[in-house]
Amino acid sequence: MADCQETLNELNRYLDEELSADRVEEILDHLKKCTDCQEAFEFHAVLRVTIRTKAQRDEIPEDFIERLRGCFGDDIIDDDRAGDGGVITLERPDDEDENQDDEDL
Amino acid sequence: MTTASAFTADAMQFAPQLFSTALRMTRNRADAEDLVQETFVKAWRSFATFQEGTNLRAWLFRIMTNTFINKYNAQQRRPQETELDEVEELFLFRRLGAFDQSKMTQSAEDQLLEFFTDDEVKAAIEELPEMFRLPVLLSDVDGFSYKEIAEMLDVPIGTVMSRLHRGRKMMQKLLYEYAKKRGLVDESLISPQE
Repeated sequence: MADCQETLNELNRYLDEELSADRVEEILDHLKKCTDCQEAFEFHAVLRVTIRTKAQRDEIPEDFIERLRGCFGDDIIDDDRAGDGGVITLERPDDEDENQDDEDL
Repeated sequence: MTTASAFTADAMQFAPQLFSTALRMTRNRADAEDLVQETFVKAWRSFATFQEGTNLRAWLFRIMTNTFINKYNAQQRRPQETELDEVEELFLFRRLGAFDQSKMTQSAEDQLLEFFTDDEVKAAIEELPEMFRLPVLLSDVDGFSYKEIAEMLDVPIGTVMSRLHRGRKMMQKLLYEYAKKRGLVDESLISPQE
C-alpha cells in the first residue's frame, strides 16, 4: 500500500503514463482514500492540459503552409499526382499549375 | 507501401504541431519556419527509406529535434542552476492549488486553465535552458514517451527523466513569477508545507 510520499513521488511518472499497471492501481487505491493527494494529482493533471493546450496555440500562416508543400518536391517520382490528387487532403484544388508564380501584391 | 502522396498528406497533417514546437525551440518565427521546412525536406529525401509501420509523427519530430540540435548547437551547455533545490515538486499546487476554496464560481480546473495566458505558458517554456526545454516540450507539449524522447535526444532514459524533473520545477517557478507579476497571488494566503 503506497503512502502519501510514495504516491507523490510517482505523480509525474503517473501523468506521463510511464508506470506499470500494478503501480497505477496502487496509486489509484491511495488516491481514493486521500483527498490531499487527489487534489495534488488533479491540479497537476490540469496544469499539464493547460500547458499542452496553450503552448500549441499558434497561428500557422497560409503562405508558410504553401511553402511547406513545396518541400515535397518533384525530384522524387511522385506517384499518381494527377490521378489521385484528393489524397493530399490539405491541398486546395484551386491551383492546377503548380509552377505558376504567385504574385500576391 | 505508403505512396508519396499519402506520405505528403500524412506529414502535412503534423505541420501545425511541428511548427508550434519549432517556435518554442527556436523562440523565433523565421527560424521556426526554416526548421520545419528543413525537417520536411529531409523527411522527403528519406521517404524511400521510411518503413511502413514506423510512427511518422515521432519520426518527423526526431528529424526536427536532431536538426535543431545540430543547427543551433543546442543542448551543450549545462546551465547554471540556481535555487532550484528549494523548489518542491508541488511548488505551484501549494501556492495556487488552494484558490478554489475562495472563489466558488468555477471549478478548480477551469480556474487553473484560465489562470495562465497562452503567452505566459509559451514564455515559461521558452525561458527554460535548452537542456531542459527540449525534454519538457517533447513530453509536456507533444506527449512523447521517455523512450521516444531518449531516442530523439540521443541520451539515456534516466537523463530524460532527470532533465524533465528539473525542467518542470523551473517551469512551475516561472509560471508562479508571472502570476505574481500580474498581482494574482496573495502571498499572505500561502502556507508552504515544508
